[in-house]
Amino acid sequence: MPIHYYIFLSLCLFSIGIVGVLTRRNAIVIFMCIELMLNAVNLLLVAFSRMHQAAAYAIDHTSMAGAEAQLFVFFIMVVAAAEVTVGLAIIVMLYRNIHSVDINFLNRLKH
Amino acid sequence: MSGMIKVGYLIPLLPLIGFLINGLGRNFLSKRLVGIIGSGVLVLSFVLSLFIFNEVTASGFTSQVVYLFDFIKTAGLDIPFAFQFDQLSALFLLVITGIGSLIHIYSTAYMHEESEAHYARYFAYLNLFVFFMLILVLGSSYVTMFIGWEGVGLSSYLLIGFWFTNNNYNNAAKKAFVMNRIGDLGFLLAIFWMLSQFGVITYTGVFEKATTASVSVITGITLLLFVGAMGKSAQIPLYTWLPDAMAGPTPVSALIHAATMVTAGIYMIARSNVLYSLAPISQNLVAIIGVSTALLAATIALKQNDIKKVLAYSTVSQLGLMFLALGVGAYTAGVFHVMTHAFFKALLFLGAGSVIHAMHHEQDIYKMGGLRKKLPITHFTFLIGCLAIAGIPPFAGFFSKDEILTAALEKNIIYYVLGVITSLMTAFYMFRMYFLTFHGNFRGTDDQQHHLHESPAAMTFPLVVLALLSIVGGWVGIPAVFMENAHRLSNYLSPVFAASHHKTAHQSISHSMELAIMAGVVALIAISIFAAKTMFAKEGLSEEKSSGFGKLLENKWYVDEIYDTIIVQPINHLSSFSSRIIDNKIIDGTVNGVGKILQFSARQFRLLQSGQVGSYVLIMVVSIILFFIFQLFWNI
Repeated sequence: MPIHYYIFLSLCLFSIGIVGVLTRRNAIVIFMCIELMLNAVNLLLVAFSRMHQAAAYAIDHTSMAGAEAQLFVFFIMVVAAAEVTVGLAIIVMLYRNIHSVDINFLNRLKH
Repeated sequence: MSGMIKVGYLIPLLPLIGFLINGLGRNFLSKRLVGIIGSGVLVLSFVLSLFIFNEVTASGFTSQVVYLFDFIKTAGLDIPFAFQFDQLSALFLLVITGIGSLIHIYSTAYMHEESEAHYARYFAYLNLFVFFMLILVLGSSYVTMFIGWEGVGLSSYLLIGFWFTNNNYNNAAKKAFVMNRIGDLGFLLAIFWMLSQFGVITYTGVFEKATTASVSVITGITLLLFVGAMGKSAQIPLYTWLPDAMAGPTPVSALIHAATMVTAGIYMIARSNVLYSLAPISQNLVAIIGVSTALLAATIALKQNDIKKVLAYSTVSQLGLMFLALGVGAYTAGVFHVMTHAFFKALLFLGAGSVIHAMHHEQDIYKMGGLRKKLPITHFTFLIGCLAIAGIPPFAGFFSKDEILTAALEKNIIYYVLGVITSLMTAFYMFRMYFLTFHGNFRGTDDQQHHLHESPAAMTFPLVVLALLSIVGGWVGIPAVFMENAHRLSNYLSPVFAASHHKTAHQSISHSMELAIMAGVVALIAISIFAAKTMFAKEGLSEEKSSGFGKLLENKWYVDEIYDTIIVQPINHLSSFSSRIIDNKIIDGTVNGVGKILQFSARQFRLLQSGQVGSYVLIMVVSIILFFIFQLFWNI
């Protein structure tokens, strides 16, 4: 499949994520949207990696150039998992304190 | 380096120690102790000065510089703090410490009414003054001289304003300080110029290099130095501070504003004689300013009624004569007159102090009269002082004044005529004051008359000593007309003035001619004394309103008023303009404006911090998009 299919898909996912972050007030939904953006980037990374690897393979059948990006994606997923636990913990604490996950109540920095 | 000169630094150090003890211990030292410390350090300094004088007069003595420490030492600039002992500084040492000791002793009685703390403060200031004056004459470079120069200005300011509860006295002190600053600026510029021109500032270094410099440079430097001398020695146009300085206690007027500090300008020019001899224009200016000051101050003194004001204007006039002597190249005569003037003017001031003391702080001579019976010692010594300043032989003033006038005659007849007129007026106003004070009938209140008394011994002793000096002081400079080679002072000072084209006294006029002129002048002086006697020595005299020219003189030619109009008022207006417009509007406006702008913009930017997470995210996203757009389209 041509690379721009993946790019368009990533773009869609990323835009959905941004719009979600900007428009929604529920912290969990915002969090999910952030994950969506993260995964859009991951998808793009894998796609480009594959494209580069295919190009290098066509020239030299022993070359593995570009494959390391696929490893990075695993790293990102691990880090993202850690980040999710932290983020969810924050949201749980938030709920315990204000009995809501609506971010519009989180404007205490203003005062 | 030999003998006492090694410990010569003790001479200024002792008064400094006296200053510290009296100044710091003013709240717990008794008056007696303060008097002993204050006068004692001066007497010790005087004894040391006598030893040094003895060494300096020994045959084969050459000028010695005693290095103490480095004042400023950097690459290309080396200013040591050192003392120079030679004939000139040794002579000034004797005058300063000698007359200083007498005046300190006199002050112990004169200032006795003061409370203990003020009494100690007075002696502390007086010691401080002597310390700086000694630094001034002992320094071996212009910078060291300048340190003393500023120091005596400070002490003078402190002592003029000694009775600081009277605001007029404070104003007089400020006037003296400010006018001296004007002169000091000239001195300072001269120092900078010499440093940039010659690279050295010690006397020996400057004089050595001066011969190779161009005449215009030397003229500029000497003119600037003379501006300094004008301020310190009260010459036209900076003389008006000295009469006002009489606000200080009378012994202060005697020591600072008659005998020592005001002669600093003469010392400076005599010290720089090498430079002045290279700059004839400056010399002429010195002579012209000197003779015009002498004349102007003498005319003012004719109509003054305050006993101290008469003496003050007389001092200005005599200083003018000294500058005339320096200007015509007769440096010895100038220094000679400094010495004799120190004797008789200190005597006159102290005598006036004794009169004021007896009269309970009355200073108007029209309210005195007939004091000779009640104050016999004061009267007698005062008479000697008047005869000395009038120039009657064989008193001290005759010899020095005669030498100045003869030198002036050799240079230019106009100087001579003006000098003689000044001398005649001097004799007249001095004897006017003398007759009004000591002769005629008493014109004060009954209460004052009842309490009239001769001053205590501590005050009469200095008077007697100074009277003796006023008689014999001139005999060190007997002119060749009377006795060949009897001018001991000239021989003594000759090494100091050797390098300049120094005019030795009496060279071009024949002896018979000189004797005739001398006799004529003395006869004229005697006539003016008799004129003063017939006018002012009678009973039932009262102050009359003067009009026309007399009123002009009484008001001191309105010089103070002229200065007020053309200098003080415009400066005041300029200051208030600067204060109102430049400071309040422009500078404050700028500073406040910056604050206002910040406050305003902060109020606007504060709205961004809404606390809404959504709005922060929106700003972030919009900013990122903007960055991308810039990156894509302008490729910054």
